[in-house]
Amino acid sequence: MGSGQQTFVTAFIVVSALAVLAVFPGVHGEDRVVPPSSLAPVSFVMPEETTPPELADEGAELVVSTCSACHSLEYITTQPRGMGEKFWHDSVGKMVKVYGAPIEPADAQAISDILADRFG
Amino acid sequence: MTEFDRRVFLAGAGAALLGATSRDTPGQVTLPFGNGTRSMVQMPGKRPMILLTTRPPQLETPFAVFDEGLITPNDAFFVRYHLSGLPSEIDPRTFRLRIGGHVNAPLSLSLDSLKRDFPVSEIVAVNQCSGNSRGFFDPRVGGGQLGNGAMGNARWRGVALKHLLAKAGLREGARQVTFNGLDNPPTDGIPDFVKALDVDHATDGEVMVAFAMNGEDLPFLNGYPLRLVVPGHFGTYWVKHLDEINVVDADFDGYWMKTAYRIPDNDCACVEPGTKPEKTVPIGRFNVRSFVTSHADGAQVPAARTTELRGIAFSGGDAVKQVLVSTDDGRAWQAARLGEDAGRYSFREWRLGVTLARGRHAIRVRATTAGGETQPLEAVWQPAGYMRNVVETVRVEAV
Repeated sequence: MGSGQQTFVTAFIVVSALAVLAVFPGVHGEDRVVPPSSLAPVSFVMPEETTPPELADEGAELVVSTCSACHSLEYITTQPRGMGEKFWHDSVGKMVKVYGAPIEPADAQAISDILADRFG
Repeated sequence: MTEFDRRVFLAGAGAALLGATSRDTPGQVTLPFGNGTRSMVQMPGKRPMILLTTRPPQLETPFAVFDEGLITPNDAFFVRYHLSGLPSEIDPRTFRLRIGGHVNAPLSLSLDSLKRDFPVSEIVAVNQCSGNSRGFFDPRVGGGQLGNGAMGNARWRGVALKHLLAKAGLREGARQVTFNGLDNPPTDGIPDFVKALDVDHATDGEVMVAFAMNGEDLPFLNGYPLRLVVPGHFGTYWVKHLDEINVVDADFDGYWMKTAYRIPDNDCACVEPGTKPEKTVPIGRFNVRSFVTSHADGAQVPAARTTELRGIAFSGGDAVKQVLVSTDDGRAWQAARLGEDAGRYSFREWRLGVTLARGRHAIRVRATTAGGETQPLEAVWQPAGYMRNVVETVRVEAV
């Protein structure tokens, strides 16, 4: 057997072994040696966010500018539809009363109304 | 990358990952409940995952990942934050874990010291978000609208908390231990995310300060460089970027213990739909769950030939003893074969060969623990949308 064939056979066995692991992936199949940790600082940049289409028009400006001060807007748009006006009023109320969001009462009411109108 | 490039890239990645179906447009996936369409996005250290929110990041694991193996890969492990003030940089050389409060000798530990001066151990354990599967609640409840992908199973490596507390020395009257991480509220009015465990629990030898996950440093979004691991308990206790442990001589009354993450104080942790519980307690251990992972809802299988069904089961630490499978929507049940036992906190694989006649079949799967805890056949309800563990149903068609 030439060295080329030898390499081929070895490679085949390795691939077969990997294939077995792939078919029966267990919790002990991993290499247990922990690689050394990097000493370099780890940085994180908050991913870019986009305004969801449901809030991307002029009528939702107050919602976008106010709510996105603390969180991205999927918090709003992924909520179930048809929860009713009280759900949106209570949600905005929680932001003000529980989480201390600096929103004037008139704005809080206006935001609740917009959300209830669009998603209520 | 420009926005256009990014979208094209994500579209391709999402389609490849999911095996694009007719329901999904590229780069999107639709979870099977109302308003369930989500984008697939790729964040640092992660493969394309189901986006719940961008700021703070909340990502759900695509369910197909749970059929790839019992260990959930780091780059597919779900992400959940509460507060949008994430640290922008963590320097492992200057990072310190501080342990103080009602102790004899407060500690300030470097990562090197933590790894070098204390016994290091490993445990395979599931982490699951309290609100995993919230989107399936009926009637619907507010909160993060998750499918079943806010869970994962990893091999955690770290130091048992009891060794750290022993070194610091608990003072007489120590009652609870609190945990805080580097993530902060975006405004002063929002309570910092701090969680607490009773001293007995914190010193049980299982609760761990983990520095590695599946043989690597923790991914940033899963809590680099340290996170608390609380086997069998919901993810709310698994504080990320953990840098402050404080022993207190009273029950900790912070917002995230006293007000949030509470469940009805009764055996089912449930109430009549639409009502509020009279009394609540902090959420604790997982209830038992099981899933089919080999076949998605709507899958086709060959009729009159053996099909191997496969899935996972897990519990809050009372080991899964039996997994029953029904192919006729719950009328008859047969026991599945259990796979490798990686400990009572791990996912446990189950398999069962079945032969299905031509037509549609509702496959149901139900796990039972050694202590006799099992899954309800009908979903129960509670206002926060936590702890869903109804017997799951997957509909397949034999052709």
